[in-house]
Amino acid sequence: MKCARPKLKGWKEIPEGGTIVEPGSSIQFDVSAWRVSRPVIDQAKCTKCGLCWIYCPDSAIEFKDGKYEPNMLYCKGCGICQKACAPKAIIMFKEGKK
Amino acid sequence: MSATFRTIKDVPKEEHLAPGHRLCAGCTVGTAMRQILKASGKDVAVITATGCLEVSTSYFPQSAWRVPWAHIAFENAAAVASGVEHAMRALNRKGKSDEKISVMAVGGDGGTFDIGLQALSGALERGDDLVYICYDNEAYMNTGIQRSSATPYGAATTTSPPGKLSIGQSTQKKDLIGIAIAHGVPYAATATPAYPFDLMNKVRKGLDVNGPALIHVLTPCPTGWRFDVSAGIELSKMAVLTGLWPLYEVVNGEVRLTVQVPRREPVTKYLQIQGRFRHLDEKTAGLIQKRADQIAAKFNLGPLRSQ
Amino acid sequence: MSTTRRSMSGNYAIAYAVKMADVDVIAAYPITPQTTIVEKLSEYVANGELDADYINVESEHSAMSACVGASLTGARVFTATSSQGLAFMHEVLFMASALRTPMVMANVNRALSAPLNIWNDHSDAMAERDSGWIQLWASSAQDALDLTIMAFKIGESERLPVMVNLDGFILSHTYEPIDLPNAEEVRKYIPSRPLTNRLSPKTAFSIGVVGPPEYYYEMKYQAVDAIEKSRSKIKDVYAEYEKIFGRGYRDVESYGIEDAEIALVTMGAMTGSARIVSEEMRAAGVKAGVISIRTFRPFPSEELLDLASGLKGIGIMDRATTPGGPSNPLFTDIASCLYGSSRVPLQGFVAGLGGRDITLDDFRMMFRETDRASKEGRGRSPIYVGLRE
Repeated sequence: MKCARPKLKGWKEIPEGGTIVEPGSSIQFDVSAWRVSRPVIDQAKCTKCGLCWIYCPDSAIEFKDGKYEPNMLYCKGCGICQKACAPKAIIMFKEGKK
Repeated sequence: MSATFRTIKDVPKEEHLAPGHRLCAGCTVGTAMRQILKASGKDVAVITATGCLEVSTSYFPQSAWRVPWAHIAFENAAAVASGVEHAMRALNRKGKSDEKISVMAVGGDGGTFDIGLQALSGALERGDDLVYICYDNEAYMNTGIQRSSATPYGAATTTSPPGKLSIGQSTQKKDLIGIAIAHGVPYAATATPAYPFDLMNKVRKGLDVNGPALIHVLTPCPTGWRFDVSAGIELSKMAVLTGLWPLYEVVNGEVRLTVQVPRREPVTKYLQIQGRFRHLDEKTAGLIQKRADQIAAKFNLGPLRSQ
Repeated sequence: MSTTRRSMSGNYAIAYAVKMADVDVIAAYPITPQTTIVEKLSEYVANGELDADYINVESEHSAMSACVGASLTGARVFTATSSQGLAFMHEVLFMASALRTPMVMANVNRALSAPLNIWNDHSDAMAERDSGWIQLWASSAQDALDLTIMAFKIGESERLPVMVNLDGFILSHTYEPIDLPNAEEVRKYIPSRPLTNRLSPKTAFSIGVVGPPEYYYEMKYQAVDAIEKSRSKIKDVYAEYEKIFGRGYRDVESYGIEDAEIALVTMGAMTGSARIVSEEMRAAGVKAGVISIRTFRPFPSEELLDLASGLKGIGIMDRATTPGGPSNPLFTDIASCLYGSSRVPLQGFVAGLGGRDITLDDFRMMFRETDRASKEGRGRSPIYVGLRE
């Protein structure tokens, strides 16, 4: 089996001084493999207090169409959101299990 | 100075710290920095000292920062920020640029209490118009949990291990706010991300005052303090509720408590969920309770909850 | 070209050049023998003669750090230091060059401790020769003024920091008649630095990032490439400056070299004494010349090779040492640039450490020893000129 090596930029292509010219480009970095468990929000129980969102260390909880939802590309599964949820609308499920 | 952030609705939705950064799962520095940038908005240049936050947000070719950001070295964030601040001021005055931006320096406890203290003192003494944020996880976490002068009494780190002849860290945490106000700064405050509105209002005030401001933010570290990755915010809150981390601000020398604790929790509730304090005997835990009592007396916190 | 002649010390000449350059930010910390530069600059700022932010930092480390920060915004930046101050900046010097933050720094050469010594030698600048900074060396106060003006032109064009070296006390504190160029002409020659918007909400760049093993090498090579590329710009600036202001500069200055058989290589103020003695040698029948390194980084290898081709012996005077090294810094650089292309015998000298006078007799000895090396076909181990046993 051949190991595929990504083509990395050469010194002429890297911006001067190693500057990163794309703000917020860490969104391309996949941290989902770090996760051992995932949060699931029961929207019926959610009171929209927003604490899960304001406490998330990974900017992984998104507020869309009037609902808070964790983005599984960025969630590291720490469970801070679950602990912060007073109405217990968030349940952590082990990854790999249904 | 009035509060800008009172409810969750006052908090801007924009994320200036992008996801995909490499801070450990459950690291409250991520939470704190998100809140700080929501308070500052995008027109801020952030100068970060070497440390956890820096290495995990700027790993080439990806950056988590959506604001102008620079890192130069470990001990000089305040001096670099001073250079940026003065340059912006000169360029504005000389009509070379009309861009108005605030300047923020961010360092960990090692980069602030220890190696960066001299540069910080210089910036505070000169009265440079910047906000210095110290995110304090109470040890050199980026190099693997070595003690700093911010490590609390009794805590185990890899260079203050408990043993036959040691209780762990044998010294008390340095008083950073005391050092800042001794420079006569117009604004200094403590904060912690479990109290987001308090933290964000303080950042806003620090940016709004003319001159230097220092915000000292306690950021529990699951890796170094050895607690469950879900417990960071809980610990951030418990530090306040025990009286060990009073939330206050000092405006032109006047001290004001910003979050009252009507019924204090015993320090054991804070200590027992952290592996770094697992070795403590009753006597040492008692000394830590005594310290919390002293802080409570100083800030007029409520009485200890009866057990 | 209208000029005014005035008597000035090397340090005041530099301060005057910085004023003419209309810098935006100065961050500096006092250290002998540099201090009169920044004293004069703070006076200019206090009097309103120079519109700049003057940051009184608490150390040289912070001076260099503040300069890097200021330069990131696109401001024109200056600082000055000496000896321990430069050594204290060491770490940040590499960041200034690798992050491509142009600035000009006057380094008033002074010995490094221990023992503490405030007098002149070149050990401070030599210890920073690998830092990625362009290094220009003055042999007179006039040079110091002209090189400072040119340093802004070179540095801001190449986005590299430039160090202007001048010998402590010998140049820094000695008054010389100096031709001051017309201030308006200077402003036209070095207009404000273009704002690069590097640290700006418009771009939100991240600067000074982590360079992991798969990128660090390429990023480091950028710094190598940058200073290599600056060679042609430096030559252009020297030539252009001569056209506008009438005084010409070369990467390597040489005297009486056309028909010389031996030459002594020097740097800085001692070039004058070497010239006097070389003429004396000529009168006595030895065809001697003097080579003075003006642009030390990037090192003028090609120019030196050209000059060496006609010589039968070269003496190299170092004003710094490399304890435990193969030889001393300037000797090592020259030997390595001649290696494989020239077999001219080289004789190394160490002289004038910590402000020790280098007398005309010392130069006579150095020329004689170089002559001997040329006749014997090889040099001996470095001679420590004037060292007591």
